[in-house]
Amino acid sequence: MSDPVIRINKMNKWFGNFHVLRDIDLNVAAGEKTVICGPSGSGKSTLIRCINRLEAHQEGEIEVEGVTLDGSLKNLEEIRSNVGMVFQQFNLFPHMTVLENCTLSPIWVQQKSQAEAETLARELLERVRIPDQADKYPGQLSGGQQQRVAIARALCMNPRIMLFDEPTSALDPEMIKEVLDVMVELANEGMTMLCVTHEMGFARQVADRVIFMDEGEIVEENAPEAFFSNPENERTQLFLSQVLTH
Amino acid sequence: MLLQALVLGALVLAMVWLVANVQSNLERQNINSGFGFLSERAGFGINQTLIEYSEDSSFARVLTVGLLNTLLVSVLGIGLATVLGFVLGVARLSSNWLVNKTAMVYVEIFRNVPLLLQIMFWYFGVLRNLPSPRKAVSLGDAVFLSNRGIVVPALEMTAAAWWYGAALAVSTTAYFWLRRRARLLRLADGTAQSIWRPVSMIAMASLAFAALLGGVPFSFDIPALKGFNFRGGITVIPEFVALLLALSLYTAAFIAEIVRAGIQSVSKGQREAAAALGLPDNTALRLVVIPQALRVIIPPLTSQYLNLTKNSSLAVAIAYPDIVSVFAGTTLTQVGQAVEIIFITMMIYLTLSLLTSFAMNRYNARIALVGQKS
Amino acid sequence: MSSWTPTAPRPAPSNTVGFVAWARANLFATKLDTALTLLAFTLVVYVVEAIFGWAIIDASFTGDDRTACLKEVQGACWPFIEAKFGQFIYGRYPDAERWRVDLVFLSGLIGLIPMLMPNVGFKRANMIYLLGFYPIFAFIMLNGGMLGLATVDTTDWGGLLVTLVVAITGIVASLPLGILLALGRRSDLPIVRALCIGFIEIFRGVPLITVLFMASVMLPLFLPDGINFDKLVRCLIGVALFSSAYMAEVVRGGLQAIPKGQYEAAAALGLGYWKTTHLIILPQALKLVIPGIVNTFIGLFKDTTLVLIVGLFDLLGIVQLHFTDASWATPETHITGYVFAGAVFWLFCFAMSRYSIFMENHLSTDRTSS
Repeated sequence: MSDPVIRINKMNKWFGNFHVLRDIDLNVAAGEKTVICGPSGSGKSTLIRCINRLEAHQEGEIEVEGVTLDGSLKNLEEIRSNVGMVFQQFNLFPHMTVLENCTLSPIWVQQKSQAEAETLARELLERVRIPDQADKYPGQLSGGQQQRVAIARALCMNPRIMLFDEPTSALDPEMIKEVLDVMVELANEGMTMLCVTHEMGFARQVADRVIFMDEGEIVEENAPEAFFSNPENERTQLFLSQVLTH
Repeated sequence: MLLQALVLGALVLAMVWLVANVQSNLERQNINSGFGFLSERAGFGINQTLIEYSEDSSFARVLTVGLLNTLLVSVLGIGLATVLGFVLGVARLSSNWLVNKTAMVYVEIFRNVPLLLQIMFWYFGVLRNLPSPRKAVSLGDAVFLSNRGIVVPALEMTAAAWWYGAALAVSTTAYFWLRRRARLLRLADGTAQSIWRPVSMIAMASLAFAALLGGVPFSFDIPALKGFNFRGGITVIPEFVALLLALSLYTAAFIAEIVRAGIQSVSKGQREAAAALGLPDNTALRLVVIPQALRVIIPPLTSQYLNLTKNSSLAVAIAYPDIVSVFAGTTLTQVGQAVEIIFITMMIYLTLSLLTSFAMNRYNARIALVGQKS
Repeated sequence: MSSWTPTAPRPAPSNTVGFVAWARANLFATKLDTALTLLAFTLVVYVVEAIFGWAIIDASFTGDDRTACLKEVQGACWPFIEAKFGQFIYGRYPDAERWRVDLVFLSGLIGLIPMLMPNVGFKRANMIYLLGFYPIFAFIMLNGGMLGLATVDTTDWGGLLVTLVVAITGIVASLPLGILLALGRRSDLPIVRALCIGFIEIFRGVPLITVLFMASVMLPLFLPDGINFDKLVRCLIGVALFSSAYMAEVVRGGLQAIPKGQYEAAAALGLGYWKTTHLIILPQALKLVIPGIVNTFIGLFKDTTLVLIVGLFDLLGIVQLHFTDASWATPETHITGYVFAGAVFWLFCFAMSRYSIFMENHLSTDRTSS
């Protein structure tokens, strides 16, 4: 594999006095698909939110494509424009149409013209299979459609890395598949993806690596095959037996 | 159906009874009825009039003067309360602990003390307690504070002012035109350009041109003590200052809470999504947070504006000549036609309220978030 | 298979916790923050110093007339408050009869305190005491004229007594009236609905002072010759009608928040309109809007001061009246009086608003636990 695009070294984070992330070491190669799972409160969401500094870490280093995340605003801007993010609650802007949601970043951050941004947005909406909803407002769409818009919106930044924070947890079961299909397609196109999810089927299908976290630590990481069939660790096994039985 | 008929019947009976009572009472007390009194001579003076008024003016004129005074103090009060309220509301959300708590203390003090008390405090406690004009507190020998009010220099425009007006108009037009052009360019091919340099150059050039042609555009009429009072300048009566101050400070506390709630109503996720899209903080604030917060802020804000306007009627306690004071007060005692006078006064306030809520409903319908479940 | 032992959590690095870190994050995070902090600090010091100097250092505390408060640098004139305290609380209520007012205050508190504590039982008995027994008792005690009590004319009532009488009557009357109006506004009967909407919108659209003028000047004209209400009673009617319109809108908000399913379920149980409303809808709706109701009470409490404009002497009115006492005329008398009255009003309103926040939290935990 090529040089890592994300390099996390001995990273620690506290919320007040609560030690949420403990000595995290993680390297992600270009094009690699990583699935992060673990019980709630294990710090998995906080970990990926540190990568684009929605949360600031206190110790250790995070480097994205050679740019270090420190207090510097310039570095932060550079990293954010390379990293797209999809949230559990979609977080679409309810006062803007689907198209306006998608063109916001291209116009205001990447200084594209409106026409150019709209062409790009429509292209990507087509790719997530909702080309005909461009002029509707988020409130008029189903949850699955909203999440696909959120993916298209993130892709409009033309990011090299995509972060997914439990993208299907807020969805009704019948909508999960339509979102996962889009994510699988994206994976097949070679996007670098970090995905916090409990969808083990998705992990088996696309992940190059599965990471299991508990109490703010990486407990185990392995290729999906080995991870599911032969977990090294008792804690992992317990967790898997709980998620896979239902 | 039966219930409705009963209610209606009872209502009609009550009305008939009341009207009969009013008629017999009016007859017995020799009070006129009808609106004829409006054209009669008022015979009393008013110490603040925005339009021409004298003791010979009619009661209808009194009504207009009062209404204008109500509107004057309300409009200025709304302006001040809005500015102060927004500053306090934003301060309440500041991550700066001291700023946050200072704003909180302000809000808790000012909204929990009756407005009437605050009006009286400023009027009888502070402004009326100032020294007499002879010992007035002077700021740079131009502004004088005394128990007769605040005297400020009057600004008098000379003919040259027109040139400056024209210069200002040119610069403003240029600003809006350039801004529009920049925005169009920006959306057309993505080139961003700053308009501040051309705008400031146009502004300076046109002002310099005006100065060259016209010279100094205004002169001041500076007040000076003559005998027992001031000559020249503009005297702002203490009643007005006290009422304006109290209304603004009181309403600002409520507006601060509305602004705070409005901004807080925009979820953290919205800000995070904007940040994740790479939007800088101020752009996110302008395009994502403020448009959503305003939808929540504006309806209760309007009702605060209405409250302020209605509260300006407390003017009567310190004899600021608003509509209640000069019409429902002085006029009523002179004419005695309570029914008509109270009716007219109430109708005016009611019209203001209904107009505002009508406009508000239209606005709400327009900005309602499409498809939002609420 | 290996077993995993979690790394022991470490305390946060010292530069992120403790007072210094707190101050850095909350007071001096950026240059702008530092500037704002310094500005606010200067302001706070200035204001606190001014208040402290006025209220304590330069203030007079003892004395029998104005001469006590005429120092070169004079702060608050507290002897004025001491001398007039009885008047501020009771007005001109005769000294010998003031125990009756005290008894009414006390018996009110006895009913009110357990009512306000959500975990104390006997709410129904308590309610009957407060809304049934207490008003009659208070009226007999205050007004007298029976049971061997001397009559005290309402023109002699004043001060905090009048403020509380107006506020409490307004509160007690406006809640049921407001509920009826809110129900009427949602009624299917067009005439009832139109009347309720008209009433609510008119009273919400005009200032209270015009309503009080109406009650004091116009009401006598509407009544047959010879029948005349006491001025206090007329004001009470005005205040009650005015606040019931606001209360109606608060209650309506609660009614609208009740899901349709509740009505359908009640209908399925065979309950009629009044039973559904009384047993199912109102208990839920009122609970939802307790904060709004308390806010209306706070507004009403502050609005009681307006009765001074039509010639009653509530707390603010009586303070204002005593400014005319020549034996206490000093430059500081006014401000001292207003600060005293303001502090009393503030205590009541602030306590009510804290109570509303407490109930809101209490109710929301109630909801999540059920």
